[in-house]
Amino acid sequence: MALRIPLSWMKDFVDVDLSASELAERLTVAGMEVEKIHTIGGDWAPDLIKVGKVLSVSAHPDADRLCLVSVDHGASAPLTVVTGAPNLVSLIGKPLPTLKVALALVGAEVIDGHATDGRKIKLKPAKLRGVPSEGMVCSEYELGLSQEHEGILFLPDDAPVGAPLAQVLGDTVLEFDIKGGFAHLQSVFGIARETGAITRKALNKNKIMLSAPPAGQADPGFVKLEITDPALCRRYMAMRLEGVKVGPSPFWMQQRLTRAGMRPINVVVDITNYVMLELGQPLHAFDLDKLKGSKKGEPPLIRVRRATPGETITTLDGVERKLEDHMLLITDGGGPVAVAGVMGGQESEVDASTTRVLLESANFEFLNNRRTSQALKLRTEASDRFGRNLEPELCQTAIHRAAGLLVEWAGATLHPVVGDVYPAPQTRPAISLSGAFIRRVLGVEVPQKEAQALLTSLEFSCQPTDPDTLAVTPPPHRQDVNRPADLVEEIARLTGYDRLPPTLIRDALPPQRRSKMLDGTEGVRDILTGCGLDEIITYSIVSLEDERRLYPEDQGFDPQVYLSVRNPLSAERAHLRRRLLTEGLNTLRTNLRFTKRLALFEVGAVFLKVQGETLPKEHKRLSVLLTGPRNPAHWHGGGTQEPFEFFDAKGVAEALLNALEIPQPQWERGDDPAYHPGRSARVMVNGQVLGQLGELHPRVVESFGLPMQPVAALEFDLEALVESWREDKKMDGLSIHPPVLEDLAFVVDEALPAHQVAKLIAQTGGSLLKEVVLFDHYKHEKLGVGKKSLAYALTYQAPDRTLTDQEVAKVRGKIIQRLEKDLGAVLRG
Amino acid sequence: MLPNLSSLKTDALSQLEQIQSPDDLPVWYRAWLGRKGHLTEALRGLGGLSAEDRPKAGQQVNQLKEELEQAFQARQEAVKNLALAASLAGGALDITLPGRPLQGGHLHITTRTLRKIRQIFGEMGFQVYEAPEVETDETNFGLLNIPPYHPARDMWDTFWVDDGVVLRTHTSPGQIRCMREYHPQPIRVILPGKCYRYEAITPRSEHQFFQVEGLAIGRNITMTDLIGTMREFTLKMYGESRRLRLRGSYFPFTEPSIEIDMDCMICQGKGCRVCKHTGWLEVGGAGMVHPVVLENGGYDPGEWTGFAFGMGVERPAMLHHGIEDIRYFYSNDLRFLHQF
Ligand SMILES: [Zn+2]
Repeated sequence: MALRIPLSWMKDFVDVDLSASELAERLTVAGMEVEKIHTIGGDWAPDLIKVGKVLSVSAHPDADRLCLVSVDHGASAPLTVVTGAPNLVSLIGKPLPTLKVALALVGAEVIDGHATDGRKIKLKPAKLRGVPSEGMVCSEYELGLSQEHEGILFLPDDAPVGAPLAQVLGDTVLEFDIKGGFAHLQSVFGIARETGAITRKALNKNKIMLSAPPAGQADPGFVKLEITDPALCRRYMAMRLEGVKVGPSPFWMQQRLTRAGMRPINVVVDITNYVMLELGQPLHAFDLDKLKGSKKGEPPLIRVRRATPGETITTLDGVERKLEDHMLLITDGGGPVAVAGVMGGQESEVDASTTRVLLESANFEFLNNRRTSQALKLRTEASDRFGRNLEPELCQTAIHRAAGLLVEWAGATLHPVVGDVYPAPQTRPAISLSGAFIRRVLGVEVPQKEAQALLTSLEFSCQPTDPDTLAVTPPPHRQDVNRPADLVEEIARLTGYDRLPPTLIRDALPPQRRSKMLDGTEGVRDILTGCGLDEIITYSIVSLEDERRLYPEDQGFDPQVYLSVRNPLSAERAHLRRRLLTEGLNTLRTNLRFTKRLALFEVGAVFLKVQGETLPKEHKRLSVLLTGPRNPAHWHGGGTQEPFEFFDAKGVAEALLNALEIPQPQWERGDDPAYHPGRSARVMVNGQVLGQLGELHPRVVESFGLPMQPVAALEFDLEALVESWREDKKMDGLSIHPPVLEDLAFVVDEALPAHQVAKLIAQTGGSLLKEVVLFDHYKHEKLGVGKKSLAYALTYQAPDRTLTDQEVAKVRGKIIQRLEKDLGAVLRG
Repeated sequence: MLPNLSSLKTDALSQLEQIQSPDDLPVWYRAWLGRKGHLTEALRGLGGLSAEDRPKAGQQVNQLKEELEQAFQARQEAVKNLALAASLAGGALDITLPGRPLQGGHLHITTRTLRKIRQIFGEMGFQVYEAPEVETDETNFGLLNIPPYHPARDMWDTFWVDDGVVLRTHTSPGQIRCMREYHPQPIRVILPGKCYRYEAITPRSEHQFFQVEGLAIGRNITMTDLIGTMREFTLKMYGESRRLRLRGSYFPFTEPSIEIDMDCMICQGKGCRVCKHTGWLEVGGAGMVHPVVLENGGYDPGEWTGFAFGMGVERPAMLHHGIEDIRYFYSNDLRFLHQF
């Protein structure tokens, strides 16, 4: 809930001589961020929107729902205004009380009362059912004060007729976004206190002090008070007020409540809210006559205790709530009357017939209060404040302030004794703050006198114990300050951080550690973008249904191995991914609406449950997805519609393995159900699986809503990949002697893996055979049934001499012989 | 009989002068200077001369041969230049046709931004420390001085995975892991990574985003060092002319806590829609490591001090490139990603 502080209210406690924007800036840099400055009446033209006095209200000749209002606005003659406001129409023919209104003259800009979006209109001369209207009497909505648009706004009787309305109602409201759960910054008085400290102005507490405060007693006679769990309720005060007249609260109070963001209800509720906004202490008003004693004839009993399991209460909002045994309750002789510090119950509610009020001002432990409020899913203005660690001393200030207001504005009579159960008044130890410590944290000297002055301005009491040290006792409202570091923050923020000079770290550089994983990951990114792939980063929280699509017919799919999010944003996306492909394929689908060719990669963690471990294994993976035409058409020709396929994924893999100098990968046929069984492979290095690649299974392609075209994919274990990265490769000598190049083509069985042929050529060729490259792969009936031709370009070279034809012929002969013998290969002529 | 050398010369040179094509040059050469050419024939004719005339005539023929050789060289050069000129005149391309595309890929804009941040802090001696994305409640909150039910918890809307297990809401739990691993050595690291918050996906908020945390722990680390480090970063990241504003703030794991703003680079501090008319943009949050957090990491707050900071990654990229909707980052529309 945003904190809104009207400046007019704050000025009850501190003089402000800065402009609103200057004050906002000073508060902001001191840790109270002002998000917005609302100017009330800033756009009311002083000569066009004025205070008027109603002289008469008479019937409209032609319309029952309209009336003619004669208004004196300080000019020589009154104006006549036609209005349909029910609270004026109802006065036709009745004696008039003093009625002051906000009068807008022709030419004034006000909010359009017929629209709901807050748009403005400029008043023009108008005729309503034939009678000219010379202006308008305004509702709160039309003036931008609140959402109230039914009746027009009546101003206080003492508003000066003819004065600009802004002079009577104008104000500035600061809207804060204060980080941290600080109780002391959640009230008008709290912000006034900070303003005083920042601007070096004294704080005026007269408004909140009673001239003759009632005495406090544990047993005030009119109620029996009991706290059974003093750790959860540190103080309970109760005051009795009689003769209360429950009517509307005064105009100025309603205005302040509205500006601070609360709706006026009745004088009793309004006063409790007013005090809560002013001082930060929530109060609760019970109808004293509805509270029960433990026995008939005894005074009412208030017992603060924990709920018993299964107990229930119907709260003010009409909801019956089941209570848990950690929850703190206010009970009377008949049972629960309030969830302590959260919400009152219906049974003891103040209503229009109430005359005797029991006013509660108590302190509840903040963590338990928040736990209760969270468990009940019930956040209220009260719980919002109790949940910030209020101080017990505030109970008394607040109950006195409320009593004063109830007596003055609700006609109440105050019982001379106030109930006050306060089992263990807090004593706070002094904190020892040395100049050396301040210097150690901030890096600058702060003279002791200056530190003392700053802390004193925030009501800390300071005793110098030696020339370098202060004994500092925090005031009760600073429950957040417990250590020297907390005091240093107070000094620093009041001094202004802008006044600290920037320095660079003087300490020696700590040990530097290299991360092979980071270097490797970044290297992989560079290699893949170099290969023309685009990087994507997708969501880690995925749909289980989407992951399931990678397992056609649920082959190998087990929902139990997934981690799920308990409170997902949507029920569809509630699981942590185990494959990068899932969101990758969704990315393909969304992009295929705009483009045909996609070559993507992603680097990221997948989440694998580990039996017996609290946290999952976060495994770094790499995925690649290729689909669409490999070489898009271009004006110079050479473009084809040939789609990306298996060998493109394998090419990416080989580029990676080469760049990372990973030697001798082994390729095996893949068996992952997400892939085409004949067009997928698994790659191993040193017996360890590095990953898999290939064309995705057509059913996977289909189930992701992709067009039926090949999608080539690669999924690598990034950790294993980087682990295999060798950085110690030794140089091969470069020969100055010319190489001998020749091509050899063999006809072999179709089923024979090409890799075996190349391997055997290389083995047989020995050290003189430098390179073997397959340059043609060819099947034709004239080769014979079940045969294929493999053509290799061979490079022979010796480090120390030019090879002779005889030497080359000898090696060639060995190769041909060996291939024939071992593989049944026949050399093509 | 010796032919008339001067008419021979005139004929040879005039024929040479007419040659335009390189192909005609060898023809001319053979005709005049070749083994069966006119000049060789002339030399042969010297045999018929008297012994006293022969040397003089021989000298004249050799001189002519020399002259023709030179003329040939010159003509050869001229013809080559003519051919070159012709090819240059005819070889003009339509230079507005597009070049042959080299299919370079794009790094994700988040990666590019992270690299820039890493580099700037790397130059100041900060190394990367990586920590998990799924965390215990204890590490994500408790050890960072945010006990259960504490109001500070309202600063983070959390995705829960299990009892006591969350998707990390910030990179700060990495501070605890790093301290516990590196203790008792001094520390200077940044902790980049993916974080998660239970937030509706809107143009201004995502449930998944990246953060970079920083942590420096030593025996003499001060608030002014923090300010200097953040200043250095801001100027290098956003430009040397940026002005900084430091304001007091609150984070449970730092004391004192600050937030660092810089003047809005879009309106130069005058106020615009991007800076919500304040003239300031937030760079990040920071502070001196809270004594409780130091203790939880294994460092005695009596001996060690430290600073920590945290910043978003998408936000600077959005400011830098005028991106108004954060949802572009992880919806991976290639039309967006290709722009960076
Ligand atoms: Zn701006």
